[in-house]
Amino acid sequence: MDVRVCEVAALDDPGRKVVEIEGQQIGVFRLGDEVFAYENRCPHLDGPVCQGKMLPLALEAVASDGTSSGRVFSKTQMNIICPWHGFEFDIRTGVHPTDKRVRLRRIPVRVKDGAVYVTIARATHANQR
Amino acid sequence: MLDRAAPKATSLPELPEITAATDTRAYLARAAVQAQSHDDYELIVDVDAHLQEGGFWPEIIDLLGNDVLKQTAQAMLRPGSLPLINMQPGMTFQAMAGRIPHQSGPQEQTDDPAKAGHRFVQIVRRTIETMGLDYQVIFPTAMLHLGMNPMEDIEVELARAYARWLIERILPEDPRIIALLYLPFNSPVECEKLVREYGDRPGIIGFTICAVRHKGVHHNQYARLFSMIEETGKPLVFHAGPHWDDPSFTQLNRFVSMHALSFVHYNLIHMTNWIINAMPERYPNMKVVWVESGLAWVPFLMQRLDHEVMMRQSEAPGLKRLPSEYMREMYYSSQPLERNDLELLEMTMRKINADTQLLFASDWPHWDFDPPSAITTLPFLSDQAKRNILGLNAARVFNLPVKRLRPRAKDVLAARAAAGVA
Ligand code: FES
Repeated sequence: MDVRVCEVAALDDPGRKVVEIEGQQIGVFRLGDEVFAYENRCPHLDGPVCQGKMLPLALEAVASDGTSSGRVFSKTQMNIICPWHGFEFDIRTGVHPTDKRVRLRRIPVRVKDGAVYVTIARATHANQR
Repeated sequence: MLDRAAPKATSLPELPEITAATDTRAYLARAAVQAQSHDDYELIVDVDAHLQEGGFWPEIIDLLGNDVLKQTAQAMLRPGSLPLINMQPGMTFQAMAGRIPHQSGPQEQTDDPAKAGHRFVQIVRRTIETMGLDYQVIFPTAMLHLGMNPMEDIEVELARAYARWLIERILPEDPRIIALLYLPFNSPVECEKLVREYGDRPGIIGFTICAVRHKGVHHNQYARLFSMIEETGKPLVFHAGPHWDDPSFTQLNRFVSMHALSFVHYNLIHMTNWIINAMPERYPNMKVVWVESGLAWVPFLMQRLDHEVMMRQSEAPGLKRLPSEYMREMYYSSQPLERNDLELLEMTMRKINADTQLLFASDWPHWDFDPPSAITTLPFLSDQAKRNILGLNAARVFNLPVKRLRPRAKDVLAARAAAGVA
């Protein structure tokens, strides 16, 4: 069942809102015209991952001759960072940049009539449609 | 039949971004949920948590006994600064550029100290109750570097001021907060004086050598100190730490590299001296604990020393058994628990007799902290092993009564719900 979280316009870009629906904590993220949603539980030790800081992915700037000019921020990938120990996850895919097997639990999300809806297993909430 | 009213849209409860100002109880809310899994355990002891001195440094330097050092420190004092501490302020990367807010705290609101107690005590109480602990052992953070301070008098005077701050201001406020006496190990006679003066004070449950230093722990100048400690029946605890200025580490260009090696490095050196000089034979009743280097280094050193000692017996003639056999009788704190390869971790735990020798440590509020769930979720440990590691082993090492002091997990959660905190 779909539960309305907020207007898309209520989210910054990039931005996020973490809400609790029927005891389940869900982080909804906006990147441009896209929205993504994940359970607010880190695959590491269950920390409140969606409530962390958002920063672009850091990259090692290695040239074709093998030299590095140090670290730079990605212009395309934004990460959500778990505030417990710093595990980072690509907001678009929910995947850890180093170990791709480590990933956030995705929640189905969509935009309808300018509002963000998430689909949860049990929906008895007043915001359900 | 009743008509069901159509559901009305309401705003959903929101959880804010976590920052350095977030209340510890909100930061660790998930740990409170996890605590239900071990709520029936007899005792939960966290043998290593930390004071972030920044907010409390004026109180500590106010207790300095030396007039000149006290005036010097007070003249240098600025908000959040740490006069007399030999740590480069521009090189503190622990909080990962804001990614780990709790590392740069505590900045949370606390209540009026006249009613609710010392600000630090209030914050520790929040941690204890949220994580579901009966006792928490407090270590300093910035002071871990003092062993490298070229001014030996600073280490001595700060060790004394810190002991007084703990004993006079902090420990009397809550029996669940316990601590070790910081030994200014560069000055052996001063260590003896401190042990004599403060070693039996309530809440002082052992003695710590902050391991970041270039001092051979086997040296004869420490013989009397070690005998005194052995007689107290309280443990000697080596607490590891980072030190980027160590010449070998200046080759490492990232904090993660230095941090991964540095904590292990100092305990490797001190353990090697402790074993090769047969200190376990010389102080057979001394309980020795190795803190904050994780566990992966222990089987490495066991293998390495066993291998070499078998060939070079004449250089370790005091040993009556293999190094690994002595090491298996020492104690280790669990954090930071290297959990990525559970097969290796299981083997490591077997090698160190984790069931009886491992002590849970959180290292809170540092960036690589472990909640008790780091232990309770290990699939290969028996329930009894988990109980031992989380508290019963520590009770034995630190002479603590096995008596529940923590509230029930369900009561902690109910109080949070009643206060409307997620
Ligand atoms: S719980 Fe998220 S990084 Fe550890």
